[in-house]
Amino acid sequence: MPRVRVAVTLKPSLLDSAGRTVADSLTKLGFDELQGCRIGKIIDLDVESFDEARIKEMCDRLLANPVIEDYRIEGVIG
Amino acid sequence: MRIAVLKFPGSNCDQDAYHALRDDLGIQADYVWQDETSLAGFDGVFVPGGFSYGDYLRCGAMASRSPVMDEVRRFAREGRPVIGACNGFQVLCESGILPGALLRNVHEKFVCQDVYLRAETRRSPWTEAVDRIVRIPIAHGEGRYVADAEAVKRLEDQDQIAFRYVNAVGELDQDSNVNGSTDAIAGVLNEQGNVLGLMPHPERASRAALGSTDGLTILKAFELVSA
Repeated sequence: MPRVRVAVTLKPSLLDSAGRTVADSLTKLGFDELQGCRIGKIIDLDVESFDEARIKEMCDRLLANPVIEDYRIEGVIG
Repeated sequence: MRIAVLKFPGSNCDQDAYHALRDDLGIQADYVWQDETSLAGFDGVFVPGGFSYGDYLRCGAMASRSPVMDEVRRFAREGRPVIGACNGFQVLCESGILPGALLRNVHEKFVCQDVYLRAETRRSPWTEAVDRIVRIPIAHGEGRYVADAEAVKRLEDQDQIAFRYVNAVGELDQDSNVNGSTDAIAGVLNEQGNVLGLMPHPERASRAALGSTDGLTILKAFELVSA
């Protein structure tokens, strides 16, 4: 059974407050090279067979909110 | 006038809404479970706050796809009064009935306090009776209203901004915008003005014992529409 991975991320124009908080913490740990940090979601879907159009439909209808998020179908990962 | 107070798994302000409507405003209200496919016999809808579906995926995402929401869409189209407070606001945005979205508060803190709101329009029944700065509680971690510049301009042009966070004398300032919302927006209307979504909880400001009755000025819309 193929496992399909989808990555959902906040649109670049929006402030990711959680990512900023994590970045602050990494900086405090001494990672001075850090320029930014953004947090997204990985969603793994186990499907009978990989049909990209159907996965896209899942993203459009529920998994991502186009007002605030972008998504990327990364393909079959296992 | 009979109002449907929706219930999703994880709603927790449904009883507050029910009692504010019935006991404080004297309006008939009944609970309606999310799986209902008909709102026949109802005249308006209250989408309550809480943590529907545990806020999984996105706040309001799953609730907004539940069967009863098709009826809420119909009510919205037909000009019937619909209000969503807190998680209810998130549900209305996720369902596409209202524009924009709610993200985590800019400072990442859950905020539970009273806020002051200024009504920005009088064209909606939801703001018609709000003739002063009102004090109403909020309790949320994800209430930062966002919409892109074009959408905000459209909200302005079409007079869809219902409330802004202000200080006690009605002025905009940075401290009063408690969650970092775009343009201090606390509540928005649909184009027709019959649907209101807001992060503050008018149902928790419905009697003196709760510390404020200002919420009634908003909830009165249900009466105004039926009159």
